[in-house]
Amino acid sequence: MARALTVVDAGPLTTVQDAGRPGLAHLGVPRSGFLDDHAARLANRLVGNEPGAALLETTLGGVTLRTGEAVTVAVTGAVADVLVDGRGAPWSEPLSVPAGAVLAVGPARSGVRTYVAVAGGIEVDPVLGSRSTDTLSGLGPPVVADGDVLPVGAGRRPRPADVPRLPAVDGPLRVTPGPRESWVEGGVRRLAEAGWTVAADSNRVALRLHGEPLQRAVEGELPSEGLVLGAVQVPPDGQPLVFLADHPTTGGYPVVGVLHPDDLWRCAQLRPGEPVSLRQVAG
Amino acid sequence: MQVLPAGPGALLAALEDAADVPVLYADLRRDLPTIQGCRDVVPGARTVLLDGLEDLEAARTYLAAWTPSARSAGGEPRVVELPTTYDGEDLDDVARRWEMTRAEVVATHTGTEFTVAFVGFSPGFAYCTGLPAELAVPRLDRPRPRVPAGSVGLAGEYAGVYPSASPGGWRLLGRTSATLWDASREEPALLTPGTRVRFTES
Repeated sequence: MARALTVVDAGPLTTVQDAGRPGLAHLGVPRSGFLDDHAARLANRLVGNEPGAALLETTLGGVTLRTGEAVTVAVTGAVADVLVDGRGAPWSEPLSVPAGAVLAVGPARSGVRTYVAVAGGIEVDPVLGSRSTDTLSGLGPPVVADGDVLPVGAGRRPRPADVPRLPAVDGPLRVTPGPRESWVEGGVRRLAEAGWTVAADSNRVALRLHGEPLQRAVEGELPSEGLVLGAVQVPPDGQPLVFLADHPTTGGYPVVGVLHPDDLWRCAQLRPGEPVSLRQVAG
Repeated sequence: MQVLPAGPGALLAALEDAADVPVLYADLRRDLPTIQGCRDVVPGARTVLLDGLEDLEAARTYLAAWTPSARSAGGEPRVVELPTTYDGEDLDDVARRWEMTRAEVVATHTGTEFTVAFVGFSPGFAYCTGLPAELAVPRLDRPRPRVPAGSVGLAGEYAGVYPSASPGGWRLLGRTSATLWDASREEPALLTPGTRVRFTES
């Protein structure tokens, strides 16, 4: 077998992701793509890929792969143990993995999503210009399964990458007023004053928050309208959700706020049960 | 028009008249190159979302100057015919609600020129307007777990066709043989915002 990775153990949820399908929302196509784009782009840079190349995104549980030819890989995002044929290997650095070796990425020790980039990128067939698996609409390749053989493109010589400067991870998530702020009692201020925890049913579509329910100030239905990435929507149960990459393109519940784009990647790494606070900033 | 905030890179234009939505949408599509960074223009039932904006003020200026009469995008709209077999599970139910015979329901549906107001719910799922308000029908109380691709249905003020099999709560009139969605086609969605739609009995 030539340039390919064989999936020995796919873990609980591993998908192929790249920069997604932006620009097709008017056709009902979600953007999809990396959830933690800082980590994903870094992994690609470390192995000499274009920042938007396709790689693997794991969810909490890790992934185990066997190489065909020798390849260069990098593992970033949620911190996890990395083993090459059973021997410890560095995290967030380019790694040379020999031909036929087993690369095991362990469960996330903190955070949720670990990224595994390989020089040349994962070259499954693109759909609408992207190799991302869209878990909402089903576009793109299927979820990675045990035994899959993932083709790998021709790699370039890795270029020196800057030492990663990780963005600050502390402090509340910044949120600006949304289009229907007045539909919710207290608006963004109330959202920011309340304490929230990450709900267990959070996924690539949305980070779901659990806490004292927000109350509607305006009753009645809102006709469907376009949604942005990071929109904080308040459904009838008053438990807000923050829309992530696989979000639907339109929705009928009020959007009270919009998360600052620079804080979105953190939503990809918040674990169920973790506390979340928000801070209102000017729109 | 009200221009509502939607984060640092987006604006939501809320229109008084739903009929202006496709007009503003078409104008924005035409003028897209002049609006810096605008990546997505997403029509809704009463709104148009501009997303990916690099310059909110420039977009605000565009929207402030826009009127439907003065700048409406001309040109002949695209017309799509959808050959339809009227054997849907909810045809009798809709006939009761509309106080018509089945044949009259079919005649009303085939006799209406619909316009795609917006696309949402799933890739290529077009919400088509054109029926009078008094013929609006509520969604099913319990959505069906699986509705086949090509199913022709009604919900609220809209007519639509399921582009792919999915769960769904629309009341089904029949099915079309047309392929509404094919990701491998140059134009994956058969129906896009502004497309005129006619159902024909097959």
